[in-house]
Amino acid sequence: MAKPEQCSNCNKPATIHLTQIIDNKIHKVDLCEDCPYKQSVTDPEGFSLADFLIKDPSSIGGESSVKCEVCGFTPADFKKTGRFGCPHCYESFKATLEPMLSNMHKGTVHRGKVPEKALARLSKKRRLDQFEEDLREAIESENFEEAARIRDLLAEAKDSIKKA
Amino acid sequence: MLITPLIEEKAELTDGGLAPEPIVLSTRIRLARNLANEAFPGWADTPQRESVMERCFEKLTPLNALQDGVFLQISDLTDLEKQVLVERRLVSRELIESKDGAGVLIAPSQGLAIMINEEDHLRIQGLHSGFNFLRTWDEVDALDSKIEDCLDYAFSDDYGYLTACPTNVGTGLRASAMLHLPGLVMRGHMEKVVRMVNQLGLAVRGSLGEGSEATGSIFQISNQQTLGESEQQILKRLINILHAIIQQENNARGVMLEKQPEVIFDKIGRAFGILQQGHLISSQEAINLLSLLRLGVDIGMLPEEKRAKIDRMTMEVQPGHVQCTENADIEPEERDKLRSSRLREQFATFPELDFNNIQWIPNPQTDTEHGTNE
Repeated sequence: MAKPEQCSNCNKPATIHLTQIIDNKIHKVDLCEDCPYKQSVTDPEGFSLADFLIKDPSSIGGESSVKCEVCGFTPADFKKTGRFGCPHCYESFKATLEPMLSNMHKGTVHRGKVPEKALARLSKKRRLDQFEEDLREAIESENFEEAARIRDLLAEAKDSIKKA
Repeated sequence: MLITPLIEEKAELTDGGLAPEPIVLSTRIRLARNLANEAFPGWADTPQRESVMERCFEKLTPLNALQDGVFLQISDLTDLEKQVLVERRLVSRELIESKDGAGVLIAPSQGLAIMINEEDHLRIQGLHSGFNFLRTWDEVDALDSKIEDCLDYAFSDDYGYLTACPTNVGTGLRASAMLHLPGLVMRGHMEKVVRMVNQLGLAVRGSLGEGSEATGSIFQISNQQTLGESEQQILKRLINILHAIIQQENNARGVMLEKQPEVIFDKIGRAFGILQQGHLISSQEAINLLSLLRLGVDIGMLPEEKRAKIDRMTMEVQPGHVQCTENADIEPEERDKLRSSRLREQFATFPELDFNNIQWIPNPQTDTEHGTNE
């Protein structure tokens, strides 16, 4: 298919062609070289690829009826403000957030500083995962004595996370 | 006025901080942080914003790093005070225009400041003059860890620190340097540099309009990506690119001084003349003239110890500062008079420009431990 010739933002010839697929729907943006350049220089917030990609509010969260169950934020609100409503929105709109993040950033997983409280939670969670795997193995190998022991440890670990 | 102590104090960006140096005017690092289980400031209603602000003030004001600092609610400030804080880069425009329940905590040196209820609940900023990312990062990182002890941050194992805008998620880190690039501007190379820097995933800001001169040839360069890399990797990448730009700027200055020294001498000479003798100078003109004088220090036409005063004047010629010195709202034309009379006073004691002792290779920049393989 021939590339559209005009920039989506002005009437100059488009030389940058972006394609993003969200929930099997294709979103295309065609830009000239100057538009992102101008924007990055004059816009104090810098050039945001997201502004070009998220033309359609329903492209976030699949359907426009999706709401964050904690704060009531909707994809239409995101389209309007470019910002989320609360920390939980990252879970609520997770499915369609990931492609957006991979466009914006070097990766989609945090590799930086971890607060100590979260570190403790993270290591507990990893321990829990380990127990669950051990339990599965013990049951598969019909080592029921071992399985009972791990089951108790698992219950204890879950309990301590709940209390924390 | 509530902000008087800030203006009277010798501050990081005037002449109280680290020694100023050529090309890199200042280094800034900010972290975006939010409280767990609270709506982000833009989505929260006024009572929610106010309760977050109260909680932050209560927990943060006792911190050692902010001892003897200034704690301000934006709603208590006059328009002039707000403008001065923006000019000093202690708060953003967004913060002063925000709804109720916004505030700022500022350490006495003004090297650390925390905005409350801007785009995120907390914006922790570290600011130093010169090229000092590693030191600035250490200070901001330490303050952030202290805050984490007393407030519960919104953090996800996958996405890191959760921010109102997904462009900041992960590390929440925005590092930027303010660069003085008169050589590249005079040679007409800025557009090329901006293009290159953008392609490398960094942002350039400045009043550059289609290759024209930015005010004072001053540009701010910052990282755009915050997720998928550690803070150290982000800083290292930025520092490497800054080293490349610094080298380009040095080359441009070298070429200008070799091929057309009289062009640079003439510009700096005229700037000096106007600063010493002008009677109606706008803030934009003043910043352009001071920028040329700073270049004069870089290439040995003025003694190094004059640099700090030039930087201080660059801060104080801004409209808010001129009015603040008089403690009154003043019309632009009257401001131009006051500004130029202050400049005449300051530059009367400067030595003559030395056109015979030019040296254009500046001292090596700091932060070299992260340097390129130059």
